[in-house]
Amino acid sequence: MAFIHPSSLLPSSNPSYSFREGIKSSAPGIQEHRFSPYADNGGSTLGIAGKDFTIIAGDTRQSSGYSINTRYAPKVFRIGGDDDSGTGAKIILAVTGFAADGNALKERLDSMVKMYKYQHGKDISVKACAQRLATILYSKRFFPYYTQAILGGIDEEGVGALYSYDYVGSYEREQCRAVGAAASLIMPFLDNQVNLKNQYVPGSGVGHDLKAKAAEPLEQSHVEQLVRDAFSGAVERHIEVGDGLQMLIATKDGIREIYTPLKRD
Amino acid sequence: MVGFDFSNYNRNAALHAQGVPLPKATSTGTTIVGCIFDGGVVIAADTRATSGPIVADKNCEKLHYIAPQIWCAGAGTAADTEFTTALISSNLQLHALSTGRTPRVVTCMTMLKQHLFRYQGHIGAYLVVAGVDPTGVGLFTVHAHGSTDKLPYVTMGSGSMAAMAVFEANWKGTLTRDDAVKLCSEAILAGIFNDLGSGSNVDVCVITENKTTLLRNHIKPNERAQKERNYRFPRGTTAVLNEKIVTREELSKYVTVHELSSDDDVVVVEKMDVDG
Amino acid sequence: MANPMSIIGKNAVAIACDLRLGLQALTVSNDFPKIFQYGPDVFLGLTGLATDVQTVSDLFRYKVNLYRLREERDISPQTMANLVSTSLYEKRFGPFFVNPVVAGINRTTGEPFICGFDSIGCIDFAKDFIVSGTSADQLFGTCEALWQPDLEAEDLFETISQALLSAVDRDALAGWGAHVYIVEKDKVTKRLLKGRQD
Repeated sequence: MAFIHPSSLLPSSNPSYSFREGIKSSAPGIQEHRFSPYADNGGSTLGIAGKDFTIIAGDTRQSSGYSINTRYAPKVFRIGGDDDSGTGAKIILAVTGFAADGNALKERLDSMVKMYKYQHGKDISVKACAQRLATILYSKRFFPYYTQAILGGIDEEGVGALYSYDYVGSYEREQCRAVGAAASLIMPFLDNQVNLKNQYVPGSGVGHDLKAKAAEPLEQSHVEQLVRDAFSGAVERHIEVGDGLQMLIATKDGIREIYTPLKRD
Repeated sequence: MVGFDFSNYNRNAALHAQGVPLPKATSTGTTIVGCIFDGGVVIAADTRATSGPIVADKNCEKLHYIAPQIWCAGAGTAADTEFTTALISSNLQLHALSTGRTPRVVTCMTMLKQHLFRYQGHIGAYLVVAGVDPTGVGLFTVHAHGSTDKLPYVTMGSGSMAAMAVFEANWKGTLTRDDAVKLCSEAILAGIFNDLGSGSNVDVCVITENKTTLLRNHIKPNERAQKERNYRFPRGTTAVLNEKIVTREELSKYVTVHELSSDDDVVVVEKMDVDG
Repeated sequence: MANPMSIIGKNAVAIACDLRLGLQALTVSNDFPKIFQYGPDVFLGLTGLATDVQTVSDLFRYKVNLYRLREERDISPQTMANLVSTSLYEKRFGPFFVNPVVAGINRTTGEPFICGFDSIGCIDFAKDFIVSGTSADQLFGTCEALWQPDLEAEDLFETISQALLSAVDRDALAGWGAHVYIVEKDKVTKRLLKGRQD
């Protein structure tokens, strides 16, 4: 899957949401106005799909530049709930990048999932919701939402499902995915610990004949521990990740939330 | 000072023009502060060093030795603060030796500003200079372009606003040593928690007329919690294609060692002339 | 281009690097080690511009040979660190495009030692691990998660190898196999790792 970074779509390489560049006079009598519509609010999210559950987690810090906007701004949302608290929801959406776009995308998908229920009298499947999200993202192909989304839930077979997206709607179903500021720190750790990449069975051969360890579905408690360790590591080394960890766990019984404090420096 | 070697300068400019990105220097997006009290001065710093948004060093030392009674807190390009303070420390020691007097804080500040001004801001060192000398207590800030300030309480770095807010709220004209240490620590903590460029621990240095105390990691509010899982791999997990072991004993094959008797003078050692 | 890294264990240090040499996306060689030895137990890893990796490694061979002739002893990792630092800062305004890593054991104290540098010689003394190169972010992630204190030499090997291989697999500009050195008091073990060739 090809991820397109929207900074390449911007007229200016400066990503901050600001009017401060103000008015430039490039030639006498001519004034040049500039407005940058995007900002980067940092933060990181990750999702792991299990045998009968999906965990999607994100830190709760929202920053711009070297400042913290707030220590609690959720990036992980319940989609299609019965009320504001999201009870009854079965699908989880996580967004990183530009927080305003993330919220707009969440609201749009949420209302769309609700409309589906009113019109068809049943809950939308994760597969259909995933396709719909791709359509929403692509509908803004030339003025994209500056957000990287991941979507999770339980599929029609009762198996944990996880979908990841680029900015303009290219998507894929995966076992695990880290997204956002600390994605490059977390993803190789997940490869190693979830898919057991580069791990071999000791004593099963010599050199090239050594047998690779086969990845098996992990227990839910095991995955919860991996997620917390992945984030506590990311907090140590990435300045935009911290404050709190929000974990949403989708099972056949609905969505459960676990909040864990993270370091605040 | 011998000066810098510019031999790669034109090559690097040419490479950069062809699109090779310039290397990122470690910067200390830092909070540093200083505050005088009755009978001395305190400086303090956080301990995070960053390279872009990545933490390069979680516990670096930003308080630099200049002279026994003069210390410096540094922000900006980490290598520049390190080497500029080391250079001035060396020159100040030579100056003290030739004059036979203890070095003064103003002398240190002047040497720093003249050095930095000569390089027109290209040496990215932002410093808080503090110390006690025979003329009394000194506390200055020195900017990379060579400008200086003399104030009773100062802050610098990306967390300077957060730290200055603490000073403006709580600073008093009369402070005891412990008050000053507490005030500076709180100013640094404000930087650590509210500025993303600052983090980890608080280092403090207290200088009085007859004693200097470096409180390394005075406060450690950001210890990493215990990991939930153990990530020790079973031995043999990694696929190895080739292995070579070199032991000390094998190395001795290439070296022969002969015992020398102590009574006959076969070994001639060059003698160095040492004054008096 | 590629990455050396070093981590510390119980009475041992490990230093490792991948073997790719590339010109942006084009792989030129899959056998280009970036770790150089400057004494029985002093190692230097160099990442960055390939021409500078060679120039700088030769420059330090010259400087360390002179040191050995003058002092009639091997250089300690701490002295090596200061030599690297001052040599790089001399070129503050026309730097070599390298990010070195020093690893070794101090013969006098028996203590393991590692440190890293930026391209203008600022030293990063670490008690756990040092990473550098194109996959530095990935390596920070894997090391921060996998490393733990007081690893024995054999466990240290597994940890550094897994951290390196997993990290370079998420970097298009690194990989193609790896070298790992485990430095202990009385021996040095060098291993060639199996890694993805794509």
